[in-house]
Amino acid sequence: MDSSNTKMVAPPEGITGEGFFATKLNDVVGMARANSLWPLPFATSCCGIEFMATMASHYDLARFGSERVSFSPRQADMLMVMGTISKKMGPILRQVYEQMSEPRWVIAVGACASSGGIFDTYSVLQGIDKVIPVDVYVPGCPPRPEQIVDGVMKLQELVRSESVRRRSSPEYQELLASYNIQ
Amino acid sequence: MALENIEIKDQLVAAFGESVFNFQQEKDIFSFEIDAQKNAAIILFLKNNQDLSFHFLTDLCGIHYPDNDDEHQFAVVYHLHNWVENKRIKVKAYLNGTPEIKTISKIFLSSNWMERETWDFYGINFIGHPQLKRILNMDEMISHPMRKEFPMEDAGRTDKDDRFFGRTSINS
Repeated sequence: MDSSNTKMVAPPEGITGEGFFATKLNDVVGMARANSLWPLPFATSCCGIEFMATMASHYDLARFGSERVSFSPRQADMLMVMGTISKKMGPILRQVYEQMSEPRWVIAVGACASSGGIFDTYSVLQGIDKVIPVDVYVPGCPPRPEQIVDGVMKLQELVRSESVRRRSSPEYQELLASYNIQ
Repeated sequence: MALENIEIKDQLVAAFGESVFNFQQEKDIFSFEIDAQKNAAIILFLKNNQDLSFHFLTDLCGIHYPDNDDEHQFAVVYHLHNWVENKRIKVKAYLNGTPEIKTISKIFLSSNWMERETWDFYGINFIGHPQLKRILNMDEMISHPMRKEFPMEDAGRTDKDDRFFGRTSINS
């Protein structure tokens, strides 16, 4: 086992003894969630092409437990918005987000999804955070696959340390209410 | 025998007289202006006339000329193509500040969406169009964004400082 290059996810902190291991539920759930984030790609332009490279064998997002790309929002954990979102597309993106079940996370990949990018014009949404809450922003125009992987890893950190009760907290309800969701 | 400009001109002048004017060869395309009141009749004539038979509508679009006089504020441009002779023409109809023109969607079905697009972006009203509503922009939009007075930048932007985009007159 020592000679193998395989790197497994480290178990959370806890107390080990003869035949038992005690730790916090938060940590176990967080570890499980963080290492099986099913992505829902919402690719509208060139950032989506970079995402294809990210999923392919060279960069291989499967190493992070995200190989199962879900094309249904109902079975996805992580909405990855890649590309320019026009204002006409805004309500559709929002509907996709609303169809995802909790817990759900959002990554805005690239300048357009994060801020509208170079498209400072009447028809383009100036960042998807105008319609849905975003957890991680990946800069770049388009970002390289390494940056997208970095964004996913940053999200994994968030997921790992998130309290299981966060989604029912008043702060979270307030956040959703500020976007008029639910 | 290829279809010559002079033949197109003669046929049109014989049929419509003063309503067709300002014939000229613009670069590689033969162009002329028409009276906007008679656009449907002229386009139908161009399509159905045995000698001309411009059977294909390549494009239909609007133009805004804010600096022109009141009667020439907008234009609708028709690009027609005769496939047999491989001859293309450009037909231009000028409109006033409240632009209205008859639809040609019954002559060329393809113009249905093009007219909707022209309505969407320029607010040119195509009288008799079966479904004149927005096609590319959001339905909630009330302005016509390709008109020159429309500001290009998004009014709702909050995070973009004009100074970093070269948009301020005073560079201080």
